[in-house]
Amino acid sequence: MSIDLSQFHQVFFEESLEGLDLMESALMELDVSHADIDIINTIFRSAHSIKGGSATFDFKVISDFTHVLETLLDQIRDGQRKITKDHVDLFLQSVDCLKHLLSLAQDNSLEVTEDASALQKQFEAILEGDSPSVEATSHIVDGSNIESNDSSECWDITFHPSRDMLQTGNDGIRLLSSLKALSDSDIYEITCDVSEVPSFEFLDPEACYFSWKIRCSGDIAYDEIKSVFEWVEDDSDIIISKASPEEPHSMAQPEVAKSDAPAEAVSTPTKKLKGAKPSSENTFIRVGIDKVDELINMVGELVITQSMLSQLSDLVDSAQVPRFGEGISQLEQNTRELQESVMRIRMLPISFSFNRFPRLVRDLSAKLNKNIELNINGESTELDKTVMEKIGDPLVHLVRNAIDHGIEMPEERVKAGKPPMGVITLDAFHQGGHVFIQITDDGKGLNKDILLSKAIDKGLITESQALTMSDEHIYDLIFQPGFSTAKAVTDVSGRGVGMDVVKQNIHALSGSVDIKSKLGYGSTITIRLPLTLAILDGQLIRVGDNIYIFPLVSIVESMECDADNVSLLAGGKRVFKLRDEYVPILSLGEVFNIQSDNTSIDGALMVVVEYSGHKVGVIVDELLAQQQVVIKSLEKNYQQVMGVSGATILGDGMVALILDVQSIVSLFSKQKNIEGISLLSSANKAS
Amino acid sequence: MAKVLVVDDSASMRQMVSFALKSAGHSTIEAEDGKKALDICSQVGSIDLVLTDVNMPVMDGITLVKNLRGMPSFKFTPILMLTTESSADKKTQGKAAGATGWIVKPFTPDKLVSTVARVL
Repeated sequence: MSIDLSQFHQVFFEESLEGLDLMESALMELDVSHADIDIINTIFRSAHSIKGGSATFDFKVISDFTHVLETLLDQIRDGQRKITKDHVDLFLQSVDCLKHLLSLAQDNSLEVTEDASALQKQFEAILEGDSPSVEATSHIVDGSNIESNDSSECWDITFHPSRDMLQTGNDGIRLLSSLKALSDSDIYEITCDVSEVPSFEFLDPEACYFSWKIRCSGDIAYDEIKSVFEWVEDDSDIIISKASPEEPHSMAQPEVAKSDAPAEAVSTPTKKLKGAKPSSENTFIRVGIDKVDELINMVGELVITQSMLSQLSDLVDSAQVPRFGEGISQLEQNTRELQESVMRIRMLPISFSFNRFPRLVRDLSAKLNKNIELNINGESTELDKTVMEKIGDPLVHLVRNAIDHGIEMPEERVKAGKPPMGVITLDAFHQGGHVFIQITDDGKGLNKDILLSKAIDKGLITESQALTMSDEHIYDLIFQPGFSTAKAVTDVSGRGVGMDVVKQNIHALSGSVDIKSKLGYGSTITIRLPLTLAILDGQLIRVGDNIYIFPLVSIVESMECDADNVSLLAGGKRVFKLRDEYVPILSLGEVFNIQSDNTSIDGALMVVVEYSGHKVGVIVDELLAQQQVVIKSLEKNYQQVMGVSGATILGDGMVALILDVQSIVSLFSKQKNIEGISLLSSANKAS
Repeated sequence: MAKVLVVDDSASMRQMVSFALKSAGHSTIEAEDGKKALDICSQVGSIDLVLTDVNMPVMDGITLVKNLRGMPSFKFTPILMLTTESSADKKTQGKAAGATGWIVKPFTPDKLVSTVARVL
């Protein structure tokens, strides 16, 4: 039988990564001075399972590495060694190292990394330092020095099991037949000694009173015989000796046992429970995300069909079909519930994303010599899996920033009258169909004057703009490309390329981010995210005969264009004076080359939308309803289209395109033969 | 063909062991810790062989063996522990608890099937 073990690799990788996460959080939880044995056991088990699995599935590098890790953990677990902070650090590094090794194994490029061999050496040094003796003992009576190259051997074996052998599930008959299977010659004789069997009244049916003498020959090695009795050797008397085939038996009792030894008749009582079924209570099943997405898609279609029927139900004469309306509203409710349940399949608790932070905060605060406590609230708040994956990196960046720039050094804090230990709080909660994530620190807060002067230095704003900017706008400056408040580049927060990317990533998820800060008291960054990416809150708009959808989050405001506020710039560009700002104007009809109702800018309806911090006024013909729409990918079903991020099907069966503000601007710029940036910067210059 | 209960907290090991045993014509039931295994045993009533890992959360393999030996229907059932070579004392503890024997990890599917054949 040959089984392809690679079919189990994926499961092994998944469970090992889960095990490592578990190990990491247990290590974080561990208080070295009062090490909790349950936590140590959890850590040991994770390492142990990974070692077992990697050895079984032939990832030797991983099993070798985990072996030293496990050995040290085993000694700690047995109380032979006290766990120290250095051990914990080493174990944490090993977690990272193992994650790396696993990813290499996944790519079929497993090899010993420098990290792994360096860590392994450190573990070996600890283990050799004052190694508590661990020896494997083997008890077998005599014979271990017997060696022979002779292909045919004759062996005499005396096997005297303990009385309670049967109660360990071992069975003389099975042992003897295993032994027989080794022998390939005719010489296989068994003599059963029944002299110890008591009279019937004293007979314990569960005890084994027999002993056996066996003579077997053939191409049998000593170790092979030994391994047959491996499981019973500790509590049995076993003598294995070489015999010469000619030598007569020196066995006392000549009674030859047949294969039906009476004492073995005590067989396992087999009783069947009626209707009892084996229940392997696995509460989770693993399902491919594509299957779930297909289901979500189908339900999306169902929602569309349902809303089509709802619209048609108005045409049905309720007198003729009295219960039609009732049925339709029931269908509507059921579809909505179905949709919610299906969406929930993709939801994961945010702890999946949050659980990396205790480690991050610990490592970074140690590196920066800061004293920081991390509080996490709302870990069970659920979020779409894709959203979760994409928000991970931005969150890490924001937390790193809070540690690096937010929290002050302990001395500085004491001077400011604050406790030396800084606090960073991560919060997650649901509110109004959105998920909110808040990162709060009690550090020094953002200094508006520094932000402004820096922004002026970098040419992001003018001095006159600086005078009129609201707090909100000032804080928002840190999200501008090329803006960094760190005086020196550190390897913790990087070089200021991050915050604009953070904002972009959050926007790409149809989310938003804002900052509140108080100088000397700390800052709070709030991220608002949609519950799911499959559904979008949309604003329906009309241009000519076409209906388009703006994501609601991108809309700032809508207004009627007043010609007095519109200025014409060189190159046919128009800008609108929106209070203190100049906003470039583009007409959707022009961009998509379709006939729109209004030809004059005066009195036209303008939707002010925002992307990456820039505002653009988009001229449309009419604002229609706001509704939730199910997003259909154009790329998957057709191809990528400039200016459009996806499509949806409306209640009446019509297809409407969902607009992508950023690419509309670049489309418009291309048509006008100008750079997107210059469109906006010219608006800035106009001010 | 025998009915084998496979107890291991590692899903990949369970799957591998089950697959190997099924390929050899046995039927298997899986449990992810000792407690679940014990529940299954008391529901099913009879099982031909139990293969159990030692280190598991909730209830470890040695406690499982002790409990099973206390149940009349499992007093003589062969129970093999899946142990690693480094845990010599676990073998002794397992034996003391009433385990029939052990299979040393790592093992190949072939080794598993031939060892299982020794007790069935």
